[in-house]
Amino acid sequence: MLLIRCPYCEEERPELEFRNAGEAHVVRSANIAGESDDDFEKFFFIRANPKGVIYERWRHIHGCARFFNAVRDTVTDKFVMTYKAGEPKPAKLPGAAK
Amino acid sequence: MKKYSVFAIAREAMRGHKGWEEQWTSPEPKKEYDVIIVGAGGHGLATAYYLASEHGITNVAVLEKGWLGGGNTGRNTTIIRSNYLYDESAGIYDHALKLWDGLSQELNYNVMYSPRGVMMLAHNVHDVQVFKRHIHANRLNGIDNEWLIPEQAKEFCPPLNISRDARYPVMGAALQRRGGTARHDAVAWGYARGASARGVHIIQNCEVTGIKRAANGAVSGVETTRGFIGAKKVGVVAAGHSSVIMNMAGVRMPLESYPLQALVSEPIKPVVPCVVMSNTVHAYISQSDKGELVIGAGTDQYVSYSQTGGLHILQHTLDAICEMFPIFTRMKMLRSWGGIVDVTPDRSPILAKTPVKGLYVNCGWGTGGFKATPGSGNVFAHTIAKDDPHPINAPFTLERFRTGRLIDEAAAAAVAH
Repeated sequence: MLLIRCPYCEEERPELEFRNAGEAHVVRSANIAGESDDDFEKFFFIRANPKGVIYERWRHIHGCARFFNAVRDTVTDKFVMTYKAGEPKPAKLPGAAK
Repeated sequence: MKKYSVFAIAREAMRGHKGWEEQWTSPEPKKEYDVIIVGAGGHGLATAYYLASEHGITNVAVLEKGWLGGGNTGRNTTIIRSNYLYDESAGIYDHALKLWDGLSQELNYNVMYSPRGVMMLAHNVHDVQVFKRHIHANRLNGIDNEWLIPEQAKEFCPPLNISRDARYPVMGAALQRRGGTARHDAVAWGYARGASARGVHIIQNCEVTGIKRAANGAVSGVETTRGFIGAKKVGVVAAGHSSVIMNMAGVRMPLESYPLQALVSEPIKPVVPCVVMSNTVHAYISQSDKGELVIGAGTDQYVSYSQTGGLHILQHTLDAICEMFPIFTRMKMLRSWGGIVDVTPDRSPILAKTPVKGLYVNCGWGTGGFKATPGSGNVFAHTIAKDDPHPINAPFTLERFRTGRLIDEAAAAAVAH
């Protein structure tokens, strides 16, 4: 089981308190009805699914219930960092992950 | 290829078993092939086999980064059924089921297909309605599926707990009698042997690291850990790693990869005569011919390539098993493991041509690809050989996520994904 640090509660809690909410930084168009089919497919269905560093959303559903973002390695399942929702994608990762 | 028969066994018994030959050869890769299949699991090997046996294309290489059948083919719970809701799904899964029947004879290899029946339990009113809808839909498609009341379910599978006091009481069950199990390793080995005998090269420990494209955009070959290998046609059948391979050709996929776990118990005398699945409490169980209970769990909730999975997932499944079968509460579990499954948004596979000329993909089988192995390989071989999909896999395109013509088994599935 993963230990996940909630950036709002500021502590590591077991995975059972959290729900994964998919890839982070997928931006919904302001004009969703005007999206082309190609763009809608990218927004709605296409995912990075990386083997390595992933940016993903989690929700501390059995804690503070808030959404936040995390950086994790999908090969080791190790978390690199977590950060609050709305914060930009970190340009540089701590520990200079591969 | 020497044929296996009772006479072969007798002959070899007389001479100390010195005449058995290797089931498949391990040749050095050639510079170029007509077709390269990426991934030597069941689906990839079946594709190569049918390319050779049905389409006469034998200049084929199957590249495998690890060992043959070492991915999800060797990690699944071997359940076979075809009782899917939609016509498209019914078409492809029942095509596979028809091929399972007779596969041992065709391959001259005992895949131990055992149509012992797959029984799906309904635990609430919603389950009952959904399963009855499935049964009607299946019958319209000519697929057997029948409704059992709890007492009939108990008769079909005696250790089942149908007590009304159970936390999730059994309110009935849907039974597909033609469903069952097969020996997963033997499926990979049988197809490998058949393909190898027809001239297909099976190259293990050869990881694809890049897909090369010619100036006109078409595929020209693959970079591997054993050097460049040319081919005008490349079929990607890489399960959990399909999106990684497709990215090498610049094609982004509607896929996410999750760990899926299974476990087996200590071997015991025959007690579970069929496959029992429960969507609501999320567990499925059968008994192998060795006597182990084979138990399937659910996926983890996050994308991962770790081939493990959280312990709490297994615990949750065992809670459900003990609820359905109180007789097993003191069983010991021997082993558990994980595989990486590639899941599409509509939980239906993708078997199709891609925007890249000469590149074909067979992926997205999610948590239930084993059952489709023969059918998948059969129609994918057709797709590659003719550069045009077989009518059975024509709906399973990559474009459906743009056009919206989904095959939405996600909402309709008879079992959790």
